[in-house]
Amino acid sequence: MTDAIELIDLHKSFGPTAVIRGVNLSIAQGERHAIIGPNGAGKSTLYNLITAKYVPSAGRIRLRGQDIAGRKPYEINRMGLARSFQVTNIFPRMSVFENVRCGMFWAMGYRHSFWQNVDKLEDVTQRSLQILNDIGMGARADIPAGVLSYAEQRALEIGITIAGGADVILLDEPTAGMNRSETEQTVELVRRITENKTLVMVEHDMSVVFGVADRISVLVYGEVIASGPPEEIRGNSAVREAYLGEEVN
Amino acid sequence: MSAFAPTSPRTNGSFLRRNAIWFVALGVALLLPQVTRSGIGIAVLNQMFIMVIFSLSYNMLLGQGGMLSFGHAVYFGLGGYFTIHLMEMAGDGAFFMPLPLVPLAGGIAGLLFGLIFGSFSTNRAGTVFAMISLGIGEMIAASSLIFTKFSGGEEGITSDRTELTPFFGAKFGSDLEVYYLIAAWMMLSIWLMYRLSRTPVGRMANAVRDNPERAEFVGYSQKQVRFLSFMGAGFFAGIAGGLFALNYEIVTEETVNLVTSGTVLLQAYIGGVGFFAGPIVGAIVYTLLQTLLSNYTEIWALYVGLVFVATVMYAPAGLTGLIMMHVPIYRAGKLGSLALPYLRIGAPVLSCAIGVIGLLEMLQFLSVRSVGEASHELFWVTVNVEQPVAWIIFAALAVGGFVITRRMAPAVVAAWNAASQHAYARRGP
Repeated sequence: MTDAIELIDLHKSFGPTAVIRGVNLSIAQGERHAIIGPNGAGKSTLYNLITAKYVPSAGRIRLRGQDIAGRKPYEINRMGLARSFQVTNIFPRMSVFENVRCGMFWAMGYRHSFWQNVDKLEDVTQRSLQILNDIGMGARADIPAGVLSYAEQRALEIGITIAGGADVILLDEPTAGMNRSETEQTVELVRRITENKTLVMVEHDMSVVFGVADRISVLVYGEVIASGPPEEIRGNSAVREAYLGEEVN
Repeated sequence: MSAFAPTSPRTNGSFLRRNAIWFVALGVALLLPQVTRSGIGIAVLNQMFIMVIFSLSYNMLLGQGGMLSFGHAVYFGLGGYFTIHLMEMAGDGAFFMPLPLVPLAGGIAGLLFGLIFGSFSTNRAGTVFAMISLGIGEMIAASSLIFTKFSGGEEGITSDRTELTPFFGAKFGSDLEVYYLIAAWMMLSIWLMYRLSRTPVGRMANAVRDNPERAEFVGYSQKQVRFLSFMGAGFFAGIAGGLFALNYEIVTEETVNLVTSGTVLLQAYIGGVGFFAGPIVGAIVYTLLQTLLSNYTEIWALYVGLVFVATVMYAPAGLTGLIMMHVPIYRAGKLGSLALPYLRIGAPVLSCAIGVIGLLEMLQFLSVRSVGEASHELFWVTVNVEQPVAWIIFAALAVGGFVITRRMAPAVVAAWNAASQHAYARRGP
């Protein structure tokens, strides 16, 4: 089976500064993969490379065998990859319901339709309500998204991300800025919605990573120094030195 | 409070109930000529309805799509030019074309120019888009004075609509016949534009307005979505331009220039760009101000400008926003609690307005009066502009009114908050 995501000798430099220095990584379909690393390791840069916000300086990025370097965000989304954002990224002046609904028009084949009445698209309405239920926001459907609490907005973000039914999902620090109970809820949510899907998650919070991921890759100074199941990473001395030593003890 | 109302996702009720507003609008449009009766009244309505279409088309850009255009008159004016040329040709018997269909030519012209100019100006919203629209507006306005074979230069192009083949006996010689034609096009255009806003592309226009980056990651090219809105806006602006040509039987450089582009922005904004009905309200109010106010004062445009500035500063959601702010309070039966605070602040606001108007009118009188003329009729009293008394009184009214309004505003806002909280609590979570 082709890997969901494959990074081959990936490099990215900003001027003279090399941020990603030769990353090789294969993420199998259906795997929940976490990328961790200390601040400044290049996690966000790697994330932005995979989601085509940045163009790599060298190397290849393959999504199910197809090269995606240099493609537009909407093209990559149409190929079946959905992402969330670290900074909350919703449609603030539209209702919660509409936010989720906008996440699925393209994937459900309505594309550039300017002749169909959205309120009569039963499949869209049903799926939107289903997703609102999944993310626990059914009761908040008619509220403008901009007035939601921070944690709710993050949940909505995940709702938009999964709305299109993409089978490769990238989440950028889904629990950033959340308190303990909100984090637990979000971890539970992520685990539930990514069943039978490929998940790539960039995360700082250790408890989140060990609770969700099948495999973990540790990024330090633009290089993957270790990659494997959580127990293996926990026991890896190089990882402990570079990262875990200061965080988990 | 958000300036944008959440759109209700699901519609309920019977066909009649859901579409009641359309039937009411249709009824009003049919009855209005019976109420006004006078020729001037009909002329005002014709102008108003054309502006309603034009403003709504503008809001497809600004309110729905987040594109601030300074050159929307391009599509209005070019639609007008193409329509009037078509009328001329059809009137000369070049081909068969009933008058009610000619605005469609304007629409198609608007759509085509939207296709051309939109193809390179919709990559980004924001400043870049605004500047390009200004450039195109200036370019087309200048062209209309250069390519005089097409535009007729400053005199413009004229035509006679009655020379076209009669349409079921209607020759459209009278303003009333034209009124019904314009009203029909207006109802159709409003309905179509509303329906457009409720399609996947219409919803995504809002999404791209709110957050283009996110919209790209649900599968939409922000440029493609803006481009579609842009062409739609061009089409309906062209329809409005076509109706203008048909109504006035003349199209001049004025229809494409930046003044007209500014007017449509003003109308949409005063009405409220966050609501579908906002530009309709804006066009109605603007046309009334323009036609009624100009009976009383030479400087009506200055007052419209003041209203615009006041809207931007104190009511950014526009007149429709002000009305919508009170709907939940009305539903909760708490509107009465606001009557007294509003009356109380109404007095100083009125005083301020009278003061400002008095000063402006006296200033204007100074620059237009004939030699030796010193007294001027103002607010049903005669004032002497050479004596300081009137100046002092008006200045005192203006400044005093302004200061007291500022003082009292917090209390009124508090009263509104109290009433709306009550309304929200009653609705419950």
